[in-house]
Amino acid sequence: MHSLRNRWRRDRVLLLLALPGVTALLLFHYLPLGGNIIAFQDFQPFLGIWHSPYVGLDNFEPVLTGDPVFLNALVNTLIITLIQVVFVFPLPICLALVLNATISERLKRLTQSILYMPHFLSWVIVVALFQQMFGNGGMLNGWLRSADLSTFHIVGVPELFKLMITSQVIWKDTGWSTIIFLAALSRVDPAQMEAAVVDGASAVRRLWHVTLPSIRPVIVLLLILRLGDSLSVGFEQIILQQAQVGAGASEVLDTYVYNHGIVGGDWGTAAAVGLIKGIVGVALVLGANRAAHALGEQGVYAK
Amino acid sequence: MSAAVSVARPAGGAGPRRSRSGRGQRPAWMGEPSKLGIGARGLVLGVGCLAVVVPFWAVLMTSMASPEEISSAGGFVLWTREPTLDAYRAVLSGGIVTRALMVSAGITALGTALSLVATIALAYALSRPGSLLHKPILLMTVFTLLFNPGIIPMYLTVKQLGLLDNYLALILPVLVNAFNVIVMRAFFLEIPSELVESAFMDGAGEVRILLRIVLPLSKAVVTVIGLFYAVAYWNAFFSAMLYLQSPEKWPLQLVLRTYVVNNTPIGSDQLSSNLENLPPQISVQMAILVISILPILLIYPFIQKHFAKGLMVGAVKG
Repeated sequence: MHSLRNRWRRDRVLLLLALPGVTALLLFHYLPLGGNIIAFQDFQPFLGIWHSPYVGLDNFEPVLTGDPVFLNALVNTLIITLIQVVFVFPLPICLALVLNATISERLKRLTQSILYMPHFLSWVIVVALFQQMFGNGGMLNGWLRSADLSTFHIVGVPELFKLMITSQVIWKDTGWSTIIFLAALSRVDPAQMEAAVVDGASAVRRLWHVTLPSIRPVIVLLLILRLGDSLSVGFEQIILQQAQVGAGASEVLDTYVYNHGIVGGDWGTAAAVGLIKGIVGVALVLGANRAAHALGEQGVYAK
Repeated sequence: MSAAVSVARPAGGAGPRRSRSGRGQRPAWMGEPSKLGIGARGLVLGVGCLAVVVPFWAVLMTSMASPEEISSAGGFVLWTREPTLDAYRAVLSGGIVTRALMVSAGITALGTALSLVATIALAYALSRPGSLLHKPILLMTVFTLLFNPGIIPMYLTVKQLGLLDNYLALILPVLVNAFNVIVMRAFFLEIPSELVESAFMDGAGEVRILLRIVLPLSKAVVTVIGLFYAVAYWNAFFSAMLYLQSPEKWPLQLVLRTYVVNNTPIGSDQLSSNLENLPPQISVQMAILVISILPILLIYPFIQKHFAKGLMVGAVKG
């Protein structure tokens, strides 16, 4: 048996190598977790965490009493999540099926290169591009104007904001998200396909009975991860456009935390909402994963 | 990036290799696809690609159009007869955009270098099962994937550490991405242990083994992860908005936000003093946009190359 001292002597270089990374994770992941304590304080920046007075659950009041501003943020968050799970989530699967059925390797590669590209752009660039295309002074309206047609006001209209951010998400990430489905599709068993063809299954039946079942574990996995992120919806994307459409249409939990805490100085409430959001997020992943197990899927981690 | 995509072993063994002559052919047992099916698929891909390419094209052309063309088109120009680089000259002749470009480039270079060193070192330490504290450190790393400390505690931590208005605030909090560590570790674990052991027999130390054996075998994964870090640093917007107060420290993304997204007029005092007549506002804005997209477009083929090699395939963690 190695004694601790021997192991230390053997592994100290490894520990030294791990040190910078571990320090960074401790400082910027674990230490801030402790900072959540201010959710229970009347936090005063000049007093700091150590000296601010404790106030129990006072900061959770907007949540507990259903403050309209908070409820608006919560409802917006849930609506956006629902839209994204129902309308955005299936798109990469469909696109992957189309790409997978493309015979010409060259054409496939070319389209993939183009479709993956927007993923690497920042949200600032994506939002800027959308404004330049669809804004009131943008390209689309420029054409309509020059053709003497009436113009469309899409950007900066609160009623259309959710449609707007959904299309931005679709534009930015649909292509990129196909990667994982394409990888799963490349592992569909050719023997099963062949058997289905021999049995006279139509293309639709092959899709339903062979292709989709073989990529089901991946679909379930990504759906779980997506659900775990339910309460985090496009923070950067939304904060960039909030000034144009107002808080009514665009306030979500993350922007609520930012606006109340860092902008408004109501640190305690903001931290309380952030804390609840974090806990619910973890609970959602664990819960969704359990549900997946119950349905006989593997989920994110094995049982 | 998505938490579920990971760099896995090369996909060589994943499917049957098609022979050279048979490349791009449908398996013999499958019938000819219908014309309708081909048409529908072509339409989907065509529309998708156009939706990506057209905005870039319009932005590029408008940034190079002459003032006359812009005013006659009433804004965007899809084809410019005499391309001019005036807008780029205005933007790059000193002033806020030039400075922001330097800041972004500096943060990206320094951040990527530091992140790569820390990630490689941690991943290597974690690629040796059975070493002291191996399990706790691994668990600690993986756990960070499950939760996010939240905006407020994060801000307070950065403030407490005295990093506000300091460029390090854009680097240190995101220095190590646990997901990248896990991916890299998985790669290191694939390296045959005989290689490492024989090097030990020859008296090589850990650092030597890492530098001489492990890293040369992992160039591909190091490149891909380095590029992911670089893209993240280049694109960082919110952390800059949160932690950098003085506008003269702004990186490019904040300049973009202010002068393009928020449409704040950009005048000669923001650009440089020695310009007599400024190019039209819109071509200046488009030039800033092009400058911020260009580096991504330039490194993109390199990332692509690694996708093409099959190094970036989705692997499902079980």
